Amino acid sequence: MATEIVLISLLKILVVVLTILTCVVFLVYIERRVSAFVQNRVGPNRTGPYGLLQTVADVVKLLMKEDIVPRNAYKAIHDLAPIISIGVALSTFAVIPIGDTIELFGRQIKLIIADVNVGILYILAITSLGVYGITLAGWSSNNKYSLLGGLRSSAQLISYELSMGLSIVGVLMVSGTLQLDKIVQHQTTYLFGWLPAWNMFLQPIGFITFVTAAFAETNRLPFDLPEAEPELVGGYHTEYTGLKFGLFFLAEYANMITASAVITTLFLGGWHLPYVEYVGLSSFILSLVYVGTFCVKVAAVMMFFIIIRWTLPRFRYDQLMNLGWKLMLPITIINVLLTGIVLLILH
Amino acid sequence: MNVETIFFYLLGAVFVGSALMMVTRRNPVIAALYLILNFFCLAGIYLTLHAQFIAVIQILVYAGAIMVLFVFVIMLLNLSDERRLSEAISFKKIVAGGLSVALLLELLYIFVYRKTDLPTLNAERSIEIGTVESIGRHLFTKFLFPFEVTSILLLAAIVGAVVLAKRRLD
Repeated sequence: MATEIVLISLLKILVVVLTILTCVVFLVYIERRVSAFVQNRVGPNRTGPYGLLQTVADVVKLLMKEDIVPRNAYKAIHDLAPIISIGVALSTFAVIPIGDTIELFGRQIKLIIADVNVGILYILAITSLGVYGITLAGWSSNNKYSLLGGLRSSAQLISYELSMGLSIVGVLMVSGTLQLDKIVQHQTTYLFGWLPAWNMFLQPIGFITFVTAAFAETNRLPFDLPEAEPELVGGYHTEYTGLKFGLFFLAEYANMITASAVITTLFLGGWHLPYVEYVGLSSFILSLVYVGTFCVKVAAVMMFFIIIRWTLPRFRYDQLMNLGWKLMLPITIINVLLTGIVLLILH
Repeated sequence: MNVETIFFYLLGAVFVGSALMMVTRRNPVIAALYLILNFFCLAGIYLTLHAQFIAVIQILVYAGAIMVLFVFVIMLLNLSDERRLSEAISFKKIVAGGLSVALLLELLYIFVYRKTDLPTLNAERSIEIGTVESIGRHLFTKFLFPFEVTSILLLAAIVGAVVLAKRRLD
């Protein structure tokens, strides 16, 4: 029995990691095509049909490149930093429910790798470690631009992490659990009999502040201060080449997928497709529909990430700090208070 | 030997090893990294005791927030191979050494001679205690007064920090 559980978990991990890595390849392609579309360019369209193999070619190029470590770099840490980045990016997915249970070969399998009862805290803890990859990369390169990028990354984390945690508190109060599985279950009901009870509608303020913090956490524009290419050459990864640079690149996009999945799970109803339970599908088909819904929702959030990149200019260092401490933190605290008052009146 | 015991010894070995490395490294950033590894081992030991909440909080607060701040400050000051730290033996060091030895003796006394007096927990009970629900319930009922006092203490510390920072600015 014990070996069976281990085998099933290993299989789930394999499927999830392979899916994320494949998604990154397409995500990079889509990002480049959408960016081109926004800027009225054509974008990569030569390699393979519609340029679909462009990223594959890029990966091959990165694999072939020479790995250069600067002479005065701290070699061990320089090697360790990309591993931390990618490890953190992939391990967050362990607690995200991809779908409801599915029946395969006569047994019920939960579509979540680890259904721990501190799910949300686990996500917060792991994502807050991602900053070490960037900071250490910046420090170990022994380059002033890299160091500045790394320092900015730590300062950024300190600015947004509090409001990120506090914006989730509202969701916790509404659903009364830290288990992501149960938070999604809670969102499968309907408000007033027709509106899906997604936390996006129950917690609009928390939703906005969380999404803003998620942008800062994934280092996406308008908060891509650690790499700000016009100011810092390449930021923390200036001194990285070949596969190690590739790992940072991979980690950035894997982070984006994970952040989208967390937003979907916490605020957009997770794997649930409203009204589908009334159609009367068989349970196996329904499970597949749920998994499909989850993927579509995550893809939609990622598209939002990409479009925002070309909509807002980069924030300045002090502007981000002001935003984090003086605007978002008070707003999230007020949100927690309001949620508490409303819940008290309703019960 | 069951899986938990194996994990305990494995984590304990890395825990002690990383602590030793942390105090002996000259480079402050490397020392800070060993301290982070140390926190991870501690979180792992909490997990073997079924204390999920404390384990995650250990990583979230110490490894994720406090150490980020530490590393940030170390890098900002750019302390490279700090030789000034190795100063001559002072009164402070003698007192610190004496207190450490006293603590070590106390711990040895408890674990070697008073072993039978230590409270034991069976597995089901410890799973019950480690959850967020039970910790929350205890904090807001049995330990409400210490909890509120702690929050007032923290508030006072925040106000103090703001006052100190503000004076420097004005």
